[in-house]
Amino acid sequence: MPKNSNIFTLKIGGEAGQGQQVAGLTFAKACARGGLYTYDYSEYPSRIRGGLVTYQISVGPEPVYAAYYDVNLMICLSKLSFDHCKNELVSGAVVFYDSDKFKIEQSELPKDKNIKLYPLPLATIVKEATLKPITTNSIAIGAVAAMLDFNIELLNSMMRDIFASKGKEVIDMNIKAIKTGFDYATQNSNPKEFKYDLKTKPEKSAKGGPASGGKDKVVITANEAVVLGSIAAGCKFMSAYPMTPASSILHYAAKWAERSGMIVKQPEDEISAIHMAIGAGYAGVRSMTCTSGGGFALMAEGVALAALTETPVVIAESQRPGPATGLPTWGGQEDLRFIANVGHGDFIRIVLAPGDAKEAMFLTPWAFNLAEKYQVPVVILLDKFISEGHESVDELVTTNVKIDRGKILTQEQLDKIKDYKRYELTADGISSRAFPGMKGGVHIANSDEHDEHGFTIEAFDAEMRIKQQDRRYKKLPSIIKELPKPRFYGSKSAKTTLIGWGSVKGAVLEAMKALPADKFNFIHFTAVAPIDAEEVKKLIKGSKKLWLIESNKTGQFGDLLKENLNIEFDNKILKYTGIPFFPEELIEKLK
Amino acid sequence: MAKPQDFNTHVTPTWCPGCGNFGLWQGFKESLSELGLEPHQIAMVFDIGCCGNGVNWHNLYGFHSLHGRTVPVAEAIKMANHNLKVIAASGDGGGYGEGGNHFLHGCRMNFDITLLIHNNQIYGLTTGQASPTTDTGMETKTTPSGQLEQPFHPLQVAIPQGASFVARTFAGDIKHCKEIFKQAIEHKGFSLVDVLQPCITWNKVNTFQWYKERIYKLEDENWNTKDKDAALIKAGEWGEKIPIGVLYVGDQSSYESQLPQIKDKSLVEQGVTSGDISEFLEEFK
Ligand SMILES: Cc1ncc(C[n+]2csc(CCOP(=O)(O)OP(=O)(O)O)c2C)c(N)n1
Ligand code: SF4
Ligand SMILES: [Mg+2]
Repeated sequence: MPKNSNIFTLKIGGEAGQGQQVAGLTFAKACARGGLYTYDYSEYPSRIRGGLVTYQISVGPEPVYAAYYDVNLMICLSKLSFDHCKNELVSGAVVFYDSDKFKIEQSELPKDKNIKLYPLPLATIVKEATLKPITTNSIAIGAVAAMLDFNIELLNSMMRDIFASKGKEVIDMNIKAIKTGFDYATQNSNPKEFKYDLKTKPEKSAKGGPASGGKDKVVITANEAVVLGSIAAGCKFMSAYPMTPASSILHYAAKWAERSGMIVKQPEDEISAIHMAIGAGYAGVRSMTCTSGGGFALMAEGVALAALTETPVVIAESQRPGPATGLPTWGGQEDLRFIANVGHGDFIRIVLAPGDAKEAMFLTPWAFNLAEKYQVPVVILLDKFISEGHESVDELVTTNVKIDRGKILTQEQLDKIKDYKRYELTADGISSRAFPGMKGGVHIANSDEHDEHGFTIEAFDAEMRIKQQDRRYKKLPSIIKELPKPRFYGSKSAKTTLIGWGSVKGAVLEAMKALPADKFNFIHFTAVAPIDAEEVKKLIKGSKKLWLIESNKTGQFGDLLKENLNIEFDNKILKYTGIPFFPEELIEKLK
Repeated sequence: MAKPQDFNTHVTPTWCPGCGNFGLWQGFKESLSELGLEPHQIAMVFDIGCCGNGVNWHNLYGFHSLHGRTVPVAEAIKMANHNLKVIAASGDGGGYGEGGNHFLHGCRMNFDITLLIHNNQIYGLTTGQASPTTDTGMETKTTPSGQLEQPFHPLQVAIPQGASFVARTFAGDIKHCKEIFKQAIEHKGFSLVDVLQPCITWNKVNTFQWYKERIYKLEDENWNTKDKDAALIKAGEWGEKIPIGVLYVGDQSSYESQLPQIKDKSLVEQGVTSGDISEFLEEFK
């Protein structure tokens, strides 16, 4: 470990289709099994072959909340990846490059950084060791392990798990490839000189042999956590149309569907997707859909339909930069204002924005409870950075998911009601639901404004219109009370208060580790609409200076806060490159 | 057993007196009654339009959806609770225009739902604009010099597109409506019934008389509903002679009948309980 930081960052660069992400994730899991913490980030173009794909992973002995910019060890599988990333290499960094494919001259390296360049002739190594080209990534990971004095047995155990279904031959070949890469790097470079080691624990197994590590951590993205959270919440229906970076929600749900019992349907378009989710919710099951900004634009009318029919529905939206097709495989926080106002007419929109996988895991059941209890649409707002960035976290909580479906009538209760009113004018604004098929519950779930039974009304009956609209808005104070509270990080007496939401959390928390406690504190929002103005006032009461941090051009959340609280920001840190905030750039700005 | 009038609510229909929708509605209620269905056993998704306004006088679980959005809602209701009879009702504008993509794919997904199209070849509720089924040359509010487009042929689209029950009936023949609706609702798969429904207010061309002069019944000709190729040709017959009746019945399995998740119990019957995620977590270790 270096003296000034206990974070090590590895980057693998190459072309699309070369498997960097798979190799990287294997390494991430091996680290987690060895007791280390990781956070990864991948950049890739909107194409399937060629181009430039990078994968980077930051590793440390304590939880890591964001990927770092500075690279300590780089594997270059293409020349382009070296050219693109060379300025990220820090002093003392090591570069391996596939010398069978291209050459890097010493003169191309950044000056005065004492960077070591080592050829790694992958095709030659494969040939000499009588391996198959498909093991190239395992060889590369083996070379990485050699540089870090990394417990190779952790990688071997990964191979046994990953290729369990492929049989012993494949497993053995990959284990041999790791060893081959390890030995090659040991002989042809100088691992002793490299100042980073990744000490894993326990170093020995109980029997004294090498340990294969523990499995007490999971390496997971927010998208995966949303799927797990939805299963834990009892969601049994998902309809969704693929769109990066939301697609993996659909993929995991579909992959597990027969085991989880969830019906997962890919319909003809997003319009259908949200209407299906609404149909299932109306029929009485917990249902959701997922998409990115472009797909959500198509869903807008459905959100309004859910609002007036008071049908619960959960929508996970993972943002990428827009407008239009924008930067399809990149990230940002540009859809907030759209989502906080989506759909025509006045109605309550709830938007929850987890800052990481852990928060996604517990906010997802929360979203389902809010949706059913208040009979409203709820959006879980993610973005590419957390949707695709794997974070290793200590075991996710799998029990204790409390399910609250709100006012739902059983057949017995319904039997006792003489004149069931689906949209009854109640004191708390919430009326009881009966589901199709139940005797005595027949009603109209109406997208036209309606009376208590659901019959269409006109504004000739303006009084009923007012009563129904006011009833729906009566839910607002209770909803606000039940939203997750903004979280305060750091010291009360810090000079500056940073305000952010969703995915900016990770980089801010990392920057916080590096700076003195009196520099700044941080208020992180996971409920971004509606805004709990009183709570915010309380939280910023002692703040001397307010700074805003967001991944968009206009400071969308800042504007929402201003609308609700009439506050001004002393500074705004806004980034809209499609790339996440890195801890280093924040440290620079905040120090 | 529910009688046809048990499917009435207290609301008086707002359709124009003499509208073709009345006959269609009567035939529909009689079909439900004769099938032995009770109001609570039916979930019916209505579009927006004159057809859709009917939600207010249909005593059953009505879902008044948005314009064009009946089919996906109905499909999901069927997946969530396949014990229900699920019906979608739409105008020609909502069903073939605004909801055209859902129609196209609904056919091939083949859920066990029934789609009733009140086809008056015009936009009724919005006061007489051209619809997808408006005939070429017809003058409407939006085509004052005559419609330039070819009309949409729903049956001729539905058959190759995979719909497993394709029929047409005429709102002026209540008994025929009833018989066709019964078969459509009983059929296990996507059933399209295109109902020729005169709009007496905005469509002065395709009147009761106009249809009566042209329609003939396929059942009178011992039509073979299994012959897909012949049905496809028959479905294109439009103009001097217009066939009504069941054109085609396929035997492909309905979508939801193939889902292992609901083999034993519907999703609704399974209730909402927290699922165990521990086995899935293993993948991330
Ligand atoms: C998204 C949307 N666009 C337009 C409308 C206005 N609109 C209401 S009904 C309708 C068309 C009605 O025609 P059709 O579907 O044939 O039903 P009909 O009234 O003839 O029964 C239109 C355009 C709407 N309600 N929603
Ligand atoms: S406008 Fe036409 S379709 Fe609508 S109710 Fe009147 S006659 Fe019937
Ligand atoms: Mg019409």
